Amino acid sequence: MTLTDLPLRTPVVVQSVRETAHNDPIARRLRELGFVAGEPVEVMAKGPFGAEPLLVRVGYTRFALRRSEAARVQVAPATEDAA
Amino acid sequence: MSTATAPLRLALLGNPNCGKTALFNQLTGSRQKVANYAGVTVERKEGRLQSPSGRSYAVLDLPGAYSLNPASLDEAITRDLCRGFYPGEAAPDVLVCVVDATNLRLHLRFVLEVRQMGRPMVVALNMSDAAQRRGIGIDREALQRELGVPVVETVAVRRNGARGLVEMIDRVAAHPQPPSVHLADDADLHAETRRLLDATVAMPRRTAQIDDALDRWLLHPLFGLLTLAVVMFLIFQAVYAWATPVMDLIEAGTGALGEWAGGVIPEGPLNSLVVDGIIAGLGGVIVFLPQILVLFAFILALEESGYLPRAAFLLDRMMAGAGLSGRSFIPLLSSFACAIPGIMATRSIQDPRDRLATILVAPLMTCSARLPVYALLIGAFIPSQTVWGGFNLQGLVLFGLYMAGILSALAVSFVMKKWRRDKSEHPLLLELPSYRLPNPRDLLIGLWERALIFLKRVGGIIFALTVLLWVLLNFPAAPADATLPAIDYSLAGRIGHALAVVFAPLGFNWQICIALIPGLAAREVAVASLATVYALSAADDDAAAQALLPLISDGWSLATGLSLLVWFIYAPQCLATWAAIKRETGSWKTMALAAGYLFVLAYLASLLTYQVAVALGAG
Repeated sequence: MTLTDLPLRTPVVVQSVRETAHNDPIARRLRELGFVAGEPVEVMAKGPFGAEPLLVRVGYTRFALRRSEAARVQVAPATEDAA
Repeated sequence: MSTATAPLRLALLGNPNCGKTALFNQLTGSRQKVANYAGVTVERKEGRLQSPSGRSYAVLDLPGAYSLNPASLDEAITRDLCRGFYPGEAAPDVLVCVVDATNLRLHLRFVLEVRQMGRPMVVALNMSDAAQRRGIGIDREALQRELGVPVVETVAVRRNGARGLVEMIDRVAAHPQPPSVHLADDADLHAETRRLLDATVAMPRRTAQIDDALDRWLLHPLFGLLTLAVVMFLIFQAVYAWATPVMDLIEAGTGALGEWAGGVIPEGPLNSLVVDGIIAGLGGVIVFLPQILVLFAFILALEESGYLPRAAFLLDRMMAGAGLSGRSFIPLLSSFACAIPGIMATRSIQDPRDRLATILVAPLMTCSARLPVYALLIGAFIPSQTVWGGFNLQGLVLFGLYMAGILSALAVSFVMKKWRRDKSEHPLLLELPSYRLPNPRDLLIGLWERALIFLKRVGGIIFALTVLLWVLLNFPAAPADATLPAIDYSLAGRIGHALAVVFAPLGFNWQICIALIPGLAAREVAVASLATVYALSAADDDAAAQALLPLISDGWSLATGLSLLVWFIYAPQCLATWAAIKRETGSWKTMALAAGYLFVLAYLASLLTYQVAVALGAG
């Protein structure tokens, strides 16, 4: 499951960020922005045209990600004890 | 030590939205110097700080960076400067790493990255008041101990909110102590960040309910767009309504100054140069300063409040389709007042490709200088009648001209996107910061900087062009037995006659061609110049337009009028815009490209308009 498959306001945790190319700079930047395994994330809003971009909250920071960027982030449901 | 003579160098660095610039303003007050880094158009801000202990510092405000692993020009400059690799810049003596206390999860990782450089540093825990209000408990001493570098709380927007920081800087500067370096990879940095957070920070379960609530409405697919439309409408109203009285004052002022100078300086070329050339020419540009300031006041306030990235969020999809990005929105909006502040505002677009595309299409937005020309031509050629149940035909044509500009801009950027060889993915990855109330002092400092940049340009390149244009219009002088207006004998007149051959297929007569030349300085001057060419003596621009109306509606065909209207949609002939493009891109080639493509578009569109109109019997 990736961020793009997620309904609005569903808390999940990041599993990994997938590289679409070797040394993918966008994947690297996503990790630097805090998209690393175990971080709680949530899709807060979607853009008015074509549900793009996505407003994603990671920790306490909000980022606008285009769908192609959000599709790199693999997520899993938040387990009870992690929440 | 040499501290008494050469000031120590401080560098402020931190993530975007950490309040670094507000802290910089707090430290240096108005003692700032804004320029560009050598060879690039990234803004370089330096200021002076005199600490209570008497030490003097040169403070550099580095571009915001998420990482020292650069993804943008801004970040590369920040990294190189910190390491002392940037050509022409000495390495800073002390690094001040600014973090947003409400957003440590993101910002602490950057502190760890900076610490790896092993340079003397201080961490400024900024917005510590906001963190307290939100119930975020930070154990500063524990954090300082765990990090191994001094940590000071600051509130950049409060008076004396940086006093503790200055004291700490003094202490570190007196005994610089580089932190111990332990190199770690990306995953380690995250693990270490999490460990530090767990050990030193007590987070409430939820923060920022205000942000949640506001975003629910302001980013709503329907209400969000509606709010954005209302905000834009208010800005437009303000730009026109609030600025007009001041603009009238400036016009009256330059008029009076011209009259006074005309009386003091003896009759002759010098009198004409000062009055008609310099005072009238520069006055015609400075008159836009109030509009530019009102516009920037709104843009700065929206930027500070955190709304601007939200507007970019709402419009990104639409603009990305045309090869732009959500961030292009504000510069293009500004261009409706004048392309120059619009092009200046593209500095907020980090991606160089998006920035270039935005700069190139900005002149297609209908700037306020085109309005006098549109008003004259529409008044002359478009009948004032009601069509389609209640719409005024003249108003519809004006609306159509605005729309034609917008659609052309989208088409041009779309074509550029298709032609580009670089098809790589350029990410949005835009942080939407917490909402906050803009700080008046930071707004004023920002406005002051914009005004200075604008006035410097007026004093430099626009001044030179104005003088050149005056020479073209006045030399050689008309012979004593002249029968035609003096302009006809001047260099500009000759150029106009020569150009008439080129523009004949567009339906432009030689009078129009001559008027296009002074229109180079500013588009609205074209109206006054037409009056000169038709040898009218009119008191001011309004009177000139009044007197011109019957002349051109009788003298020109409808096809010519329409063709000229279309010409001004693309109107490449504003030298001040060219100068702005040259300055912001640092490239003559880009400037030539912009001027060239606008000229070609204007020519082709006018040609088509004229020929079709003639074929339909309007010639």
